Amino acid sequence: MAFSSTEQEKLNLARRHRKARLFSRFCGAITWSGVLLLAVLLYQVSIEGFHWLDWQFVDSFPSRFPERAGVKSALVGTLWLIILVAMISIPVGVSTALYLEEFAGKGRIAKIIEVNIANLAGVPSIVYGILGLAVFVRYMLLERSLISGALTMSLLILPVIIIASREAIKTVPQSIRYAAYSLGATKWQTTWAHVLPASFPGIMTGVILALSRAIGETAPLIMIGANTFVAFLPEGPMDAFTALPIQIYNWVSRPQEEFHELAAAGIIILLAVLLIMNATAIYIRNKTERRLK
Amino acid sequence: MSPPGMDPSTAEVGQPMHKKSVLELRDVNIYYSEKRAVNNVSFNIRRNKITAIIGPSGCGKSTLLRSLNRMNDFVEGARVEGELLFGNENLYGSDVDPVEVRRRIGMVFQKPNPFPKSIYDNIAWGPKINGYKDSTDELVERSLKQAALWEEVKDRLHDSALNLSGGQQQRLCIARALAMEPEVLLMDEPCSALDPISTSHIEDLMFELKEQYTIVIVTHNMQQAARISDYTAFMEMGDLIEFNVTKRIFTRPAIKRTEEYVTGRFG
Repeated sequence: MAFSSTEQEKLNLARRHRKARLFSRFCGAITWSGVLLLAVLLYQVSIEGFHWLDWQFVDSFPSRFPERAGVKSALVGTLWLIILVAMISIPVGVSTALYLEEFAGKGRIAKIIEVNIANLAGVPSIVYGILGLAVFVRYMLLERSLISGALTMSLLILPVIIIASREAIKTVPQSIRYAAYSLGATKWQTTWAHVLPASFPGIMTGVILALSRAIGETAPLIMIGANTFVAFLPEGPMDAFTALPIQIYNWVSRPQEEFHELAAAGIIILLAVLLIMNATAIYIRNKTERRLK
Repeated sequence: MSPPGMDPSTAEVGQPMHKKSVLELRDVNIYYSEKRAVNNVSFNIRRNKITAIIGPSGCGKSTLLRSLNRMNDFVEGARVEGELLFGNENLYGSDVDPVEVRRRIGMVFQKPNPFPKSIYDNIAWGPKINGYKDSTDELVERSLKQAALWEEVKDRLHDSALNLSGGQQQRLCIARALAMEPEVLLMDEPCSALDPISTSHIEDLMFELKEQYTIVIVTHNMQQAARISDYTAFMEMGDLIEFNVTKRIFTRPAIKRTEEYVTGRFG
């Protein structure tokens, strides 16, 4: 052997390697137990719901006859909701993050806002539902409409978008800002041309997570009174609506076995929507990331 | 009290600038919150010359350099007192827009910091935001040629600047600064992150650039200061110990401390 080490040193080293192995196995086990649980869940749902999945299911309104029931209105409602929530929460969230990181400085007010946003991220979603009911539905007379739902959902996910965007903006190296300033750029020019594009991939990650959460949320929608039985399609933001989680919730709470299976099929549709949405967002993110590198 | 060897043309506060100088520092003090980083520094920066600022770590030389184009504005608690004259105007006057100052006094940083964009966009962006209306193609070519980088990158102007080597990136940063046609170019240890070959590229470049520009360089490397600069300022603990033509500083300095430093006895 090339290295001369004492018995004691060898023993010591072996022990350290053993510890490292043990730790990596521990982490692996934790990870895989989570994945396994998810796999069991998905399997269960697929078994129950898969045979209900067909075009008729996607293209039908709810019905009290299971074989005629479908998710058409719920699916369209959810798509409406995603688009409206994205249109409201992304500009507001990203602007807030930019303001806090780039313009507000480190004063006391900025600190207070920061703490409050962190707290808001932990508020239960039902509370947002109550707020939405009071402010949007009642006070602003927006009724039980898509726009009420979208505004409520936007409030719910804003803290997540703001916090994630701030973290992304923080990772932009200071040297990039200095480079821009040294060329006679104003703060706005620096932010718009360099800080925002460089933090875009990180912001997108936050937005994806937040929107995914929004489309799975049920409680706030029930609170503001999204209908559970909608046999028409919403045509504008002021229309009444239902959404996939609400429809699923409705089916699960019925006594008949067939409706439970329909709920499982609805969950599969919801997962598919989620997957398509995330895939699109990740595709956009990777594309811009590559352009920057 | 002005240090020995000081350019005798240095005027007192309130006097107009000497006709050969681009920048004049008169009793400049720089503070970080309560701590004073630069004490009563006065010297003149001559047009079309290279002025080097040398001194041990933490002597305030980078702080002083950053005050020349108001980059210290971004450091919290930094405060500048005294007169920094540029075109007979105080850079820190209340009616002076720091954005305008930085447009006319460019800067190259210690670590190359190209934008994560194409080579072309790195150079064209500065002029564009400052209202440059003509086609930027010619400007990009001219700037890259001035920075002696054109031959190496002319076939891949739209590749990312981050694919360039460290030395090329630093020359790109110089080209980017030159595209603004600044009156003064500040360089903060521009070679400290580079290998010897890239360093000599940049030193050659500086010789050519002084035909058109005035350069102020902070450097840790005394040989570099001796090789390239016309004037040298030696600083220690925030004080300007000696300012003179470079040859004089490195052969017959007036002050013992300067001699000890340039002969490598400390620092």
